[in-house]
Amino acid sequence: MKISPEEVAKVARLARLDLTPEKIDQYAGQLDGILGYMDKLSELDTSSVEPMYTPVDQISVMRDDVVRKDFTREEILRNAPETDGAFFIVPRIV
Amino acid sequence: MTRYETVIGLEVHAQLKTRSKIFCSCSTQFGADPNENVCPVCSGMPGVLPVLNRKVVEYAAKMGLAIDCRINRTSIFARKNYFYPDLPKGYQTSQFEQPICEHGHVDIVTAKGPKRVGVTRIHMEEDAGKSIHSAHDNASYVDLNRSCVPLIEIVSEPDMRNAEEAVAYLKAIRSILVYLDICDGNMEEGSFRCDANVSVRPFGQEAFGTRAELKNLNSFKHVQKAIDFEVERQIDLVEDGEQVVQETRLFDANKGTTHSMRGKEEAHDYRYFPCPDLVPLVLQESWLDQWRSELPELPKAREQRFLSQYGLSSDAAEVLTSERDMAEYFEAAVAAFAEPKKIANWLMTDILRELNQTGGRAGDLLLTPQNLATLVRMVEEGAISAKSAKDILPELLLTGADPEELVKAKGLVQISDTSALAADIDAVLAENPKELADYRAGKTKLMGFFVGQIMRRTKGQANPAVVNQLLAEKLK
Repeated sequence: MKISPEEVAKVARLARLDLTPEKIDQYAGQLDGILGYMDKLSELDTSSVEPMYTPVDQISVMRDDVVRKDFTREEILRNAPETDGAFFIVPRIV
Repeated sequence: MTRYETVIGLEVHAQLKTRSKIFCSCSTQFGADPNENVCPVCSGMPGVLPVLNRKVVEYAAKMGLAIDCRINRTSIFARKNYFYPDLPKGYQTSQFEQPICEHGHVDIVTAKGPKRVGVTRIHMEEDAGKSIHSAHDNASYVDLNRSCVPLIEIVSEPDMRNAEEAVAYLKAIRSILVYLDICDGNMEEGSFRCDANVSVRPFGQEAFGTRAELKNLNSFKHVQKAIDFEVERQIDLVEDGEQVVQETRLFDANKGTTHSMRGKEEAHDYRYFPCPDLVPLVLQESWLDQWRSELPELPKAREQRFLSQYGLSSDAAEVLTSERDMAEYFEAAVAAFAEPKKIANWLMTDILRELNQTGGRAGDLLLTPQNLATLVRMVEEGAISAKSAKDILPELLLTGADPEELVKAKGLVQISDTSALAADIDAVLAENPKELADYRAGKTKLMGFFVGQIMRRTKGQANPAVVNQLLAEKLK
């Protein structure tokens, strides 16, 4: 096994996913298949190949330090689960 | 003598003085109404793309150049994954592998002498928002104005061995940031934050002890106190045969203690991976040349220059150069009146005391450097007494008044006119025949008595140097 059900449970917990034991076993099996396939790729000697971080050709895409205001607070807060017109309001966390 | 050695590494988060955020064009202005400076990018809406602010790259690279880092010609951004409501994307965009700068160093001086502290890396990242928690209605209120504000994190090597070294390192880093004009260095407002990793080990042991990470250190005093407390706590644990737990601890400024924030079992697992939304950053040599040429004179170089050019004491040179504002104030005053040591004395005593009390900076003083120079010149030329000058200083600092006019208005002009003073001296000697006889009989200590009487008679306006000289002649 490339990945144990315990590791799957840990990753799920970190991602705030609540999985049943059956799902954990099912995903462990599927992820194991994917990781096995990655192992197959690792058989190639890539020691002389630079790691690729992006398939995009562009580099150093930047913008100038200029302020723009494109959205009102009202528009932004329209996506809030709850708001008082000033803040995003969420269940208390501390 | 303690049998343990302390090991300290520091992480500094410096907020960069850009106008707009690191990945979007929202304003970074402090103190705006909640959620006014927010857009779909910094509120983490699906489908948006970040675009890097050119100024952030420049500032990060300049800090790297200033502390002799290797500047990585290619650097990449990564996602640091964790959940918190003020982090709307569910990850912080930061750098992990290939940060923009690595392997720098800062030279510090403490009571134990000079020391070089290594800087492991500098990376660019975004700040999180702010949340306010209300027990009353069982809710948290999230303001995303600060979300995506640019930071650089400066990570030191575990090179420091006591709290004094840690504070000296932080002061040096802060000073350089302020000189570069890339961070305002304000610890209370949180634009210069620091976390300390602290561990202890028996002397001679090479392996590090288990470390605790100290947070909530928002002044240099807190850094000192928190580290001192933490070292004691860890030594006590080790002496009692207990284990130091790897954890994050919060400093409580009121109690002067640290307490556990989260244990190892809850320790974060950030699952960093390269951010697919940002292309690699490749720096051109021409940019680096440009940035290098724009570096100002840095604090250490200026301190050396103050020693050689102005002949200041090493203490004065250090104090006057640690803040860029102060160094510029000093030089402007010296340009107006070329008595650097005298001007340094005024700055180091009365004016520094005033700044410490008000928490202000030299650049904010209403008393201009030129006016300070005038005040010092008037004292040196004998136009006013040093005491009068000290007396009117608070008013000058408060109102920014012209010292020459204020001295005139208050009638503080010193009497240095010998004929006027000679009359006063004659009068005093005539009024005190017994003391005069005693003096002539050998009680020369009475000189002070006569000077006092003359000062009283002239309401303190007599120039003491002239009085002394004239009196000595008369008493011959």
